[in-house]
Amino acid sequence: MKRAAILVGAGILALTGSIAAHSGQRAATAAPVAVNDAAVMGGLPRTLAEFGFFADAPAQVPAARVIPYRLNTPLYSDGAEKLRFIYLPAGVGASADGEGLLEIPVGAALIKTFAFGEGEARRLIETRVLLHRADGWLALPYLWNDEQTEARLAVAGARVDLVTPRGEAISYRVPNKNQCKECHGLAGEVIPIGPKARNLSHEWLGEMVARGMLDRVPDGADVLPLWEARGDASAADAARAYLDVNCAHCHRPSATASNSGLDLRWEQREPAAIGIMKRPVAAGRGSGGLLFDVVPGKPEESILAHRMASAEPGVAMPELGKATVDPEGVEAVERWISGLEP
Amino acid sequence: MIRLSIVALALASAAPVLAETIAVEPGEGAQERLQEALILAQPGDEIALGAGRFELTDGLSLDVDDVTVRGAGIEATILDYTSQQGSGEGLLVTSDGVTLRDFAVENPKGDGIKSKGADNIVYHAIRVTWTGGPKPTNGAYGIYPVESTNILIDGTEVSGASDAGIYVGQSSKITVRNSVATDNVAGIEIENSRDAIVERNFVSRNTGGILVFDLPNLPVMGGGNVIVRDNLVAANTTPNFAPEGNIVATVPRGTGVMVMANENVWVGQNLLYDNPTAPIMVIAYPLPFEDADYNPYPREVTIAWNAVDAGGTDPQLDGAEQLTAAFGGALPPVMWDGLTDGGAEYTPLRVHSDLKGWSLNLTEQGKGMTGAQPGPLEVGRPGQPISTEGWGASAELEARLK
Repeated sequence: MKRAAILVGAGILALTGSIAAHSGQRAATAAPVAVNDAAVMGGLPRTLAEFGFFADAPAQVPAARVIPYRLNTPLYSDGAEKLRFIYLPAGVGASADGEGLLEIPVGAALIKTFAFGEGEARRLIETRVLLHRADGWLALPYLWNDEQTEARLAVAGARVDLVTPRGEAISYRVPNKNQCKECHGLAGEVIPIGPKARNLSHEWLGEMVARGMLDRVPDGADVLPLWEARGDASAADAARAYLDVNCAHCHRPSATASNSGLDLRWEQREPAAIGIMKRPVAAGRGSGGLLFDVVPGKPEESILAHRMASAEPGVAMPELGKATVDPEGVEAVERWISGLEP
Repeated sequence: MIRLSIVALALASAAPVLAETIAVEPGEGAQERLQEALILAQPGDEIALGAGRFELTDGLSLDVDDVTVRGAGIEATILDYTSQQGSGEGLLVTSDGVTLRDFAVENPKGDGIKSKGADNIVYHAIRVTWTGGPKPTNGAYGIYPVESTNILIDGTEVSGASDAGIYVGQSSKITVRNSVATDNVAGIEIENSRDAIVERNFVSRNTGGILVFDLPNLPVMGGGNVIVRDNLVAANTTPNFAPEGNIVATVPRGTGVMVMANENVWVGQNLLYDNPTAPIMVIAYPLPFEDADYNPYPREVTIAWNAVDAGGTDPQLDGAEQLTAAFGGALPPVMWDGLTDGGAEYTPLRVHSDLKGWSLNLTEQGKGMTGAQPGPLEVGRPGQPISTEGWGASAELEARLK
């Protein structure tokens, strides 16, 4: 067992040195028209093209059985445009139960491309894939080249200089393989975060059922407000949806920030657990001299809002995937805190 | 010749595959090369960090079991995070059986080295330094294992942490020894943890030396079974520089050893000098709280023989002048708040007959110093020595140091 593992390790290292030759060969062959299930199920494909998720990857045109979707309330990533897709192999469908994560079978994949700029100026930065393999989910980051012709595996991540939609010049962080797990880890396993029924529309779920890719539209679908229409939702729903999507993958039991005792999941209704008059435990200078995570009626005295409004490492929350403050998220959370009864 | 090589081949395939050593040197691309090595390592491998300064822009992380990360020495190999742009810590370990040794971490923007859910971990000859000295803008913790079982911290040096230099939280089977903690808010802190041995450390120039705390509203509570022995805790006179909101921001400068809440704690054979608020302080959790599962009181705390000086010669406490005057110029070395929950099943505190003490004689938890009626300490004497059977890191961790 150990021997095999080490050989695989050596193979990866060898491949790292031969990426150029490898991709050169590949360029000569036509792009696959269907998804390469072998690549989904095993190995560490060096290029995104090997999966065959796209009929035209630079244009983000998906291959057959690769279906685009959106989330009602999305995760903020420095204002990146995010193109999300789910791949389900022929003959296997996802199933849904309640408001939680769709049950996505082995052989399936989730694909998310991060892009900045509009129209002709759109530049793909990275495509992250979550592969559901026989031994669990595997998260891998692929970094697009400057020519926008190819995305290559970047296990160690990268930094890319770019300008956000709000005009901020930043050093954008492509996460490394371990950092993928920091957000996607739960009780030691890697799991998807996004496709929870409560954050998916009835319409899309219905289409998936019609395609034969999902067993049913579950109760509890479409509960989180559409982010761009959050003005129609209550302040609490907008803020709690935002916190659920942006924070709760770490701030929940058995996840990366479990030791904080802060649980920001949508379903958590215990005031102290969601930070109301809760003292920090390991905030360090992140506390900003404030005493409680959430002080009802006083966003300016709430550590939660303070850390969201910072872009400084060691203070800023989330710790990963954020170089700039999300003013819309801060505004939604401050509005909620302002309206809480002391 | 042919015959020989066949034999050699057979031997090679039969022998267990040796773990690899992966060498990583500082210089161009150190961030990516080192992170890639940490990701591609296999269980049993050793990552050998060359001498020199690794200029890092992001946090590093290790998620492979049974890997050793070994530098060329505590002063020779430096992971320099002065230009860090992201992540909440310098190095994050989330796998079991890891050994970190012989390197330094400088100026991380958040915590130094954090190991979370990382059982059976050794930190040996590790240095974490914020080179600008004590500053509230420094990261919180230097060495930071949390939610882990079986932890050995040996021969480390931590300075400048704006919370605790060596902080062990929500963990069990812990040994912190032979380490130097200076210029932090708290030198060494054992929080919401059990079965811990803190021994032979040099703890100086912090705000508070060694803290044994239990806090409410956390996933793991009920701290206890902690022994603090054979430490030199001296000149912890640095003004508190922790950002407010953190519990250590309430620790008065000049605190030597402080026990808050917790059960079954033994403090003995320490040299406690120049800790001018209180060489030894035993108190209940001082703040109001709402948590039915939390016990805010110290229980079964033993202060055995310790070498102490005059005690609270310059206490950072409300009414310090009157207090010191009332006690003849200095507060006696052992300070207690006098709070118990009134239950008779345990003894809150025992103190050796050579040590003088005083009590605030508080009557209500969560009210600060309100209602204090300071007076001489009147508690019982220690009974049998405490048993540390089953406490501390296991022999397997010890064996890795050889």
